[in-house]
Amino acid sequence: MKFTWFNLMPWPHLPADFRKKHRSVWVDIDAKLYDPVKGHDVYNQYLDMLEYADAMGYDGIGVNEHHQNAYGLMPSPNIMAAAISRRALNAAVVVLGNSLSLYNPPIRVAEEFAMLDVITGGRLVAGFPVGTSMDTNFCYGDIPALTRERYQEAHDLVRKAWRETEPFAWNGRYTKLRHVNTWPKPIQNPPPIHIPGGGSVETYDFCLDNVYSYSYLSFSGYIRAKALLQGYWDRLAERNEPDASPYRAGFAQTICVAETDAQAEELYSEHVNYFFNRCLHIAPGFADAPGYRTIKTIKSGALSQFSPNFEEASHMSWKDLVEGGFIIAGSPDTVRERMEDLIKGLRVGNIFCLMHVGDMPLEKTKYSTRLFAEKVMPKLRNMWPEYADDTRFWCQPLTKRATPGPVSDYNAAIGGNR
Amino acid sequence: MTALSLNKLKTHHAVVDVLSGGNGPDLFFLHGAGGVTAEDPFLTALAQKYRVHAPLLPGYGASDECESIRTMLDFTLHSYDVLDALGLRKPIVVGHSMGGMMAAEMAVIAPHDIDRLCLLCPAGLWLDEYPMPDIFSMVPYELPAVLFHDVEAGAAMMTAGADFSDLTFLQNFLVQNARQLGMAGKILFPIADRGLSERLYRIQAKTLLVWGASDRLTPLPYGEAFKKGIAGSELIVIEKAGHMLPLEQTDSVIQAMDKLK
Repeated sequence: MKFTWFNLMPWPHLPADFRKKHRSVWVDIDAKLYDPVKGHDVYNQYLDMLEYADAMGYDGIGVNEHHQNAYGLMPSPNIMAAAISRRALNAAVVVLGNSLSLYNPPIRVAEEFAMLDVITGGRLVAGFPVGTSMDTNFCYGDIPALTRERYQEAHDLVRKAWRETEPFAWNGRYTKLRHVNTWPKPIQNPPPIHIPGGGSVETYDFCLDNVYSYSYLSFSGYIRAKALLQGYWDRLAERNEPDASPYRAGFAQTICVAETDAQAEELYSEHVNYFFNRCLHIAPGFADAPGYRTIKTIKSGALSQFSPNFEEASHMSWKDLVEGGFIIAGSPDTVRERMEDLIKGLRVGNIFCLMHVGDMPLEKTKYSTRLFAEKVMPKLRNMWPEYADDTRFWCQPLTKRATPGPVSDYNAAIGGNR
Repeated sequence: MTALSLNKLKTHHAVVDVLSGGNGPDLFFLHGAGGVTAEDPFLTALAQKYRVHAPLLPGYGASDECESIRTMLDFTLHSYDVLDALGLRKPIVVGHSMGGMMAAEMAVIAPHDIDRLCLLCPAGLWLDEYPMPDIFSMVPYELPAVLFHDVEAGAAMMTAGADFSDLTFLQNFLVQNARQLGMAGKILFPIADRGLSERLYRIQAKTLLVWGASDRLTPLPYGEAFKKGIAGSELIVIEKAGHMLPLEQTDSVIQAMDKLK
């Protein structure tokens, strides 16, 4: 199993009446709610959390990309990845990922991912999301009906830029470059790639064609995700793929661990509530621009990850959220049991552990993070022993990696001659 | 009343539906982002005076979807493909909203092929002082307020026969919405400006601009900007009409169009 510690990095200072007084957490959110001075502490605490997770032995520490919102404060995931890469020295740096169609030209992604992979000594796990409709269409202005075509072209360009050893010309519909010759190249070429998907057959096939891992992020939790991931495994069987390695799939799950089930509720309930009540409060018109999803996907009945109205979850009790699988929370034993259900039920080898939720403060996050690492993770490690050798979907770092030098002080820098 | 008939027409890019009917001078009508049907009261009324030809864009009605139409130029040339396939020569070209933007582009690109042009509150320009509401981020019940002068009557018109509690209806609605507005978005999203303002000077046609006095989607200053951009054009403002003026003041619009005869 591979466990990636993940934090969406929400803005933790939304007012209690946010849902009532504000239209949307995304796109046109009131700019006055952001305070850059508070933001300084927020970013630094979030980076502390990622570094702590590295020290606690998580396989990966993860960041992602969203724009103009209080749900996730990482318009540039690569900046966050760079910020942790010289202090977190063991875990994979999981960038899930760069929204390909939003980079102009898209070789920027080939360059920055290569930089991250080289700086970290081959610890990059990369992701290529299409981006939510809020991000890609409403914030970045990408034309919805052309988003997927632009994405596909950007993908092909990035892969070719990594692959080719001679300069080449790219005469694309969306990008025209006479001289493509990206420096540097990644150590892992290509790095392992994970694709966040939302249930479309096209994305299943895209992952299977390219040997990418399919990952699903749902705030409705693992019980409701079963049908969607089953669709992926069915498609894999239909195509007679050579293996059904669980590492071909991943799932993101909110997890809260305490000494006892009761303590988990006491410690984390308010922060989970903050997330469902405020962070998912998206104006319905922003959830899904017409043309963003294919007709085939709409006809399949799959709803956008953000279009279900989380009104329901916002009123749910802790008990309902736990029993409904929206969150996995409780004592280490409870969490282990539920995680086993999730891992077996969905057949996944990669778990993106959302250990920080809503406005959870640093100390509580560390507590839950440590309990999971020490009391749960070890017992789940070998759930797929027959696939232990499947290295296709995880990074293969250099065995001999550089150690960052000590932080210099002024005297040392000038040779002590002050 | 003259009933409009629906026929299939093969064009280079796609097989499209064309509504046609009526007697009189040929009139080529390009619909707005909401589409048009055979029961459309404005088209039906037009058919009393004109021989109406109203193609449905790919993705609208039963017209095939078409991935190869992407840019404003593609839309404009496709409109000429339809015109050619219909065998029409110099019809009166009329367009509403998005269709008005397309009609203006047709007159821009081949100014000698169109000599009478009627633009009903066309899209295509952007004025920083009057930012157009973003229809792509609106849910259906928010639309009447920006589309109609009489919001209540407009809402009733838009929701006639709709039952959003019926899941099949809802899914069909979502599919239709994605097909239509997905296509429209190619020239309207995120801002309905594809450079038309810099090309308007080429229009040679006698041009009539018709505007609803209470248009809240493309308010009157847009009409004035079009008038300024098209030499010799005339702007007629119709009271008690919003952006859906062909439906709200059908007779007045058709009467105004007499000026092109």
